[in-house]
Amino acid sequence: MAEVTLTINGRQVTVPQGSTVLEAAKKLDIFIPTLCYDPELTIDGSCRMCVVEIKGARALMISCATAATGGMVVETESPAVVEARKTILELLLANHPMDCLTCARSGDCRLQDYAYRYGVKEGGFKGAVHQYQIEDDNPFIVRDMNKCILCGKCVRACAQIQGKSVVDYSYRGFNTKVAPAMDTTLAGSDCVFCGNCVAVCPVGALQEKGLRAKARTWEVEKVRTTCPYCGTGCNFDLNVKDGKVVGVTSCDGDVNGRALCVKGRFGYGFIHHPDRLKKPLIKKDGRFVEASWEQAINLVAEKLGAIKSGFGPEALAVLSSARCTNEENYLFSKFTRAVLGTNNIDHCARL
Amino acid sequence: MTNPIKDVAGADFILAIGTNTTESHPIIGLQVKKAVRGGSTLVVADPRKTEVAELAHTHLQIKSGSDIALLNGLAGVIISEGLYNKEFVKERTEDFEVFRAAVEKYTPEYVEELTGIPADKLREVARGYAGAENATILYTMGITQHICGTHNVFAVANLAMLCGHIGKPYSGVNPLRGQNNVQGACDMGALPAVLTGYQGVGLDDVRAKFASAWGLESLPAKPGLTVGEMLEGASRGQIKGMYIMGENPVLSDPDAGHVIHALEKLDFLVVQDIFLSETAQLADVVLPAASFAEKDGTFSNTERRVQRVRKAIEPVGEARPDWRIICDVATAMGYPMSYESPAEIMREIASLTPSYAGISYPRLEQGGIQWPCPTADHPGTPVLHVGKFSRGLGKFSPVEYVPPAELPDQQYPLVLSTGRRHFHYHTGTMTMRTGALEVHYGTEYLEINASDAAKMGLAEGDRVRVSSRRGSVELSARITDVVPEGLVFTSFHFPEVAINKLTNPARDGISKIPELKVCAVKVEKTA
Repeated sequence: MAEVTLTINGRQVTVPQGSTVLEAAKKLDIFIPTLCYDPELTIDGSCRMCVVEIKGARALMISCATAATGGMVVETESPAVVEARKTILELLLANHPMDCLTCARSGDCRLQDYAYRYGVKEGGFKGAVHQYQIEDDNPFIVRDMNKCILCGKCVRACAQIQGKSVVDYSYRGFNTKVAPAMDTTLAGSDCVFCGNCVAVCPVGALQEKGLRAKARTWEVEKVRTTCPYCGTGCNFDLNVKDGKVVGVTSCDGDVNGRALCVKGRFGYGFIHHPDRLKKPLIKKDGRFVEASWEQAINLVAEKLGAIKSGFGPEALAVLSSARCTNEENYLFSKFTRAVLGTNNIDHCARL
Repeated sequence: MTNPIKDVAGADFILAIGTNTTESHPIIGLQVKKAVRGGSTLVVADPRKTEVAELAHTHLQIKSGSDIALLNGLAGVIISEGLYNKEFVKERTEDFEVFRAAVEKYTPEYVEELTGIPADKLREVARGYAGAENATILYTMGITQHICGTHNVFAVANLAMLCGHIGKPYSGVNPLRGQNNVQGACDMGALPAVLTGYQGVGLDDVRAKFASAWGLESLPAKPGLTVGEMLEGASRGQIKGMYIMGENPVLSDPDAGHVIHALEKLDFLVVQDIFLSETAQLADVVLPAASFAEKDGTFSNTERRVQRVRKAIEPVGEARPDWRIICDVATAMGYPMSYESPAEIMREIASLTPSYAGISYPRLEQGGIQWPCPTADHPGTPVLHVGKFSRGLGKFSPVEYVPPAELPDQQYPLVLSTGRRHFHYHTGTMTMRTGALEVHYGTEYLEINASDAAKMGLAEGDRVRVSSRRGSVELSARITDVVPEGLVFTSFHFPEVAINKLTNPARDGISKIPELKVCAVKVEKTA
């Protein structure tokens, strides 16, 4: 493949022809802030945050949509670039609730990150601000369109990852708003609540309802694991606070990338449900009575042992579990064959 | 799956048969949608007009249980029009002539009688599948949960071999498995006739290897019972004691009344679970287990990828990980079993299982590995059957159409099919307790076609009683063209709509899978 060599911030880099300036900068580990750009989605080029100065160009160019060419000389943090980015941030902040103190995305918000980076404290422009109702009529996602910066990532994620196109831009000008058809709520639309729009939202406009009500972004520990539902094997991060699972967020999974379905992303509540069994139970006179582990294990061993010696191993049978781990299924097979002495083991593979 | 999930998006022809992909496997559904957006042809064979059927270029709305007729018909067209992959058939397969003779009678016209699919449509799909550069077949329980389930799978495999759409990227025979670790439970020998990695219990050297590793003189050679046979044994009094870990047969198995009767008849039942499931309620002892978030381990997904499960929190209450409980029971029964960690158990698995031999926890930290992975430096095997099938030549197994075990009649005039919903999972023990999913989708309904509803004077939302020869449930009717005339559908997620009270326990002779996709029912308005 043909390659091109360009210079970014005084350093040379060679990239395949057709790469963007943003990709070339990434190769040099040079950070360029972006809001509407996402490597999995088509390029929108709408937020202008990634502007850079290219020698000989008439104006600042957006690095996400400008092809790197041979001999190109690029500056990513020149005074003109910094001034442009500040102005973009001021324009965005002019119509953004400055409620970082209580915003659940605080600490994980690109707008906040860049305002900090460029020292923008408030919108320099005063004008009308949106007064949308916060959409809270479904159990999965909270939508606060007052915080939306119209980057369109959710629109593209819904179309290009989920293939649903439930949301798109509606209205025009200042009134432009991302909404389902007829500006209904997600609950009133064909939304399947995969939450893949939430995973790409750079600000607090889209938030996971359960997670954001329970933890600030810096309070959680993330533990990478594999989904317990269907057989696809999606990876995600369990978000843990104070020893409790408070939510699920996307990671870059081997199978799924960042995409999850509604069960994977929002179906974790069973972990701490009050119905969880917390003590061994022994049935006495038709009712369950709590028991110690020692009592329960000894009773199980005694009863299974008695059936084995009284009626032979073939009078015993075991159902293992398609929900448990490989290690547990292996041990249960070993237990059935080595301890009980039968091959009567199966699980619900047929159901 | 013979091929990785990501291959689906690269196929230029997808035949999805008996899979409600976008609802039951949403993330695999994304790959299907990506393929369609990229210009691939999607054909969906399903009696219901599911979301994925709506996305399809061709929806083959076959009569329930007529899959073999359809698949043989496709093969018949491909052979008679000379469109099959002659080189692949010659080099890689055997018994082609027997197969050719068997499918000859499945002419498009005969298939139209059996399936309801117009002859020309069948021809068109056959040409599309055969002519594609890379065609993949996806299927799930719509293929397998029939009395001819194993033969249905043979018919799928025959078609793939006929066109050489196997043993290469973006193609293959791809069952999408329904549970997080159903693949792994099979791989680990939680099956009556095999030990880990499908090593048969009937083989002397296999038993000798495991007996020696497990410190025993010998291991039982007689294959054990499948779940259905266990329950039958229990109801006859031959099975006296059962130990059930993380399964809920009272809701998941066919003919629930019979399952409850069988479990109640046991002298002793121990159930190990995270909730007091309908099955656990029948137990003599219930052992509280840790959830996936509370333990380390591995799951193997539908594309044979072994991936880590990591402990994020301590077990709730006094719950313990299943692996520890098993060790404790074994030890109390006089067979000391103790492991430091699941990593140590995996080392033992790898030492006894050729297809997992190269898999270890340190390697899994770098990402999942698809078995077979025979050595520590083997990268894993994304695509199976490249260059050679595991048995050598691919064997055509001719199969004949048989009608479902229970067909509609005057008394029970409708076909009931069951399956899953997007917002729920299996018997609902988890998804009914999330604070979110059950809030959004809290009640189940019966899908019924408008013409059937009109005959019964049903309006949307009316309460109905659905009954089969085995039992009945009540729920609300939803009038929809998702189901054709003569078919009704609901899920098995909701305990209050325990639809498996109705389903037919008639089983496939080979795999013993029950025919959950077809039974005869009647629907009556209750109020």
